[in-house]
Amino acid sequence: MPSSTSTSAAGPPSGAGLRPVSLQGRRRPGEAVIKAVLFVSAMISIVTTAGIIITLVRPSLDFFAEVEVLAFLTGTDWGPTRGEFGILPLVKATLLITLIALIVAVPVGLGAAMYLSEYASRRTRKIFKPVLELLAGVPSVVYGFFALAVVTPWLLQDLLNLEVGFTNALAAGLVLGVMIVPTVASLAEDAMSAVPLALRQGSLAMGANRMQTTLRVVFPAALSGIGAAIVLGLSRAVGETMIVALAAGALPSTSLDPREGMQAMTGYMATTAGGENPVGSLEYNTLFAVGLTLFVITLVINVISIRLIRRFRQEY
Amino acid sequence: MASLTATAPATVLASGRRSRDANTPSVVFLIGLWASLFFGVVVLLVLIISTAIDALPRLDGPLVADYYSGIRPEQTGFRAGILGSMWLMLGTALLAVPLGIASALYLEEFADRHRWYNKLIEVNLQNLAAVPSVVYGLLAVAAMSVLGFDRSGIVLGGSIALALLILPVVIITTREAVRAVPREIREGSMALGATVWQTTWRQTLPSAVPGIATGTILGLSRAIGEAAPLLLLGVAIGVRFDPNGFLSVFTALPIQIYTSTSQSQEEFQTAAAAAIIVLLVMILGMNAMAIYIRNKFQRTW
Repeated sequence: MPSSTSTSAAGPPSGAGLRPVSLQGRRRPGEAVIKAVLFVSAMISIVTTAGIIITLVRPSLDFFAEVEVLAFLTGTDWGPTRGEFGILPLVKATLLITLIALIVAVPVGLGAAMYLSEYASRRTRKIFKPVLELLAGVPSVVYGFFALAVVTPWLLQDLLNLEVGFTNALAAGLVLGVMIVPTVASLAEDAMSAVPLALRQGSLAMGANRMQTTLRVVFPAALSGIGAAIVLGLSRAVGETMIVALAAGALPSTSLDPREGMQAMTGYMATTAGGENPVGSLEYNTLFAVGLTLFVITLVINVISIRLIRRFRQEY
Repeated sequence: MASLTATAPATVLASGRRSRDANTPSVVFLIGLWASLFFGVVVLLVLIISTAIDALPRLDGPLVADYYSGIRPEQTGFRAGILGSMWLMLGTALLAVPLGIASALYLEEFADRHRWYNKLIEVNLQNLAAVPSVVYGLLAVAAMSVLGFDRSGIVLGGSIALALLILPVVIITTREAVRAVPREIREGSMALGATVWQTTWRQTLPSAVPGIATGTILGLSRAIGEAAPLLLLGVAIGVRFDPNGFLSVFTALPIQIYTSTSQSQEEFQTAAAAAIIVLLVMILGMNAMAIYIRNKFQRTW
């Protein structure tokens, strides 16, 4: 499949240009109709984005009519039932859990990517890439159960003797890290595989060994792609819901101690949505305000990652 | 998705002088790389084995044949969730597959890449692929109220959320499959007088079907495990009847796993573990099917 990707990249697709005519030179209106139908299908993605923005912004406007924007963004007390709407504790929990996840996923993901790209034989790659895919295919609710049933009682409490609560940020972060390893690894591997062979040959010819070549030639050359891989993993981690809802707890807290339970943004959304809030109520609107905050954060991260990907595509 | 993107060219160099790699830092480095590669395997094994051990007492008939029971947690079953998830998959596939293929065909075969609106679609797709799944739940809630339903927790609502969620994946993999069909096949067809659409429908698309099927199944296997958007839709939990259509109130297997896990009784934890095994078997089955199709029907030109 990859060997032939370049064949159609040569010019614009044949459907892009001339007006369709039959061999007799008659016009083919059906072709234009089909093209229009396909175009409308492709526009669904734009409509989706517009829909997301409208969906999130409208209830959020109602929310901000009742709660001050500044109090929402800078308040440190989150208790919607008590009338306190400072989102910082939720954001802090999300960032702390994401940080723990990255501490796991970045070294492991990059290590796996370096091995697969620089050392692995074709056969090894054929075995391990599906395994990584399987790891990516495990549903997040299963990871959440894993964090509660295995990571907290066995790994943290028994093996490491940590004083952790039943729900805690550490277990959630560690498992979240495992979940994003495949994302980081596969994108980073693509980036490193795209580095031209000549760079490696040059390095080896200068007397460098394979470790030096990997770390000092391939790694810097693929840096923007690797950056994109990490940033995409970050965005996954921030938006992940079920692990955080199950394993991190449902109590907002301002503590920075990862051994304690804390409620993250997505965790709040999952637990609140389960309850029945009438449409238009403040509780309901709060959900969308938190959703909007989450969307804006991931949007910023995604834009950075798209920029980085574009840069690494242009380089070679 | 990962394996459908370009695999690496042969970057491994035949090194005749292994001695340079035989010093301590190199060996430590290599062991580190090995360890990170095996990390995933180990976690996957621990996860499956420990869940299977937890699930062992409940891997019985009532698990899949009975409904949820709050009074007798030792006999609670996931029949409604399993059937609900199947309906959900059907609805998601019916929405996402035609739309995804049509979008991909437009972008690959008809779109002029230099037009601003086509560039917008491209950038937008990349961004949509990374939007958190909870947000799709909120979107589907709004979509259902626009469509005039007073209840969003029905099969249609869930299907809309999941279809929009996997649409970028379906489009991206379909585009890759279509792009892999050699240009010569299109040119041959056009030279015989076929129009662009005739060429696409009769030559390009049939040749790309294995790749499309693989990508779609992988996308669906991701959708079947999603709980977050369904949670926001307000999908019911204690459903004690089989869903009977796209407008039926339903529950899904991941939702039942989530609620069972959040209960304090030991029996519910065991039941959740058993339901996870059922879910993993479904997902592994879909993945195996995708890999089979890829290996059996994939043509290389």
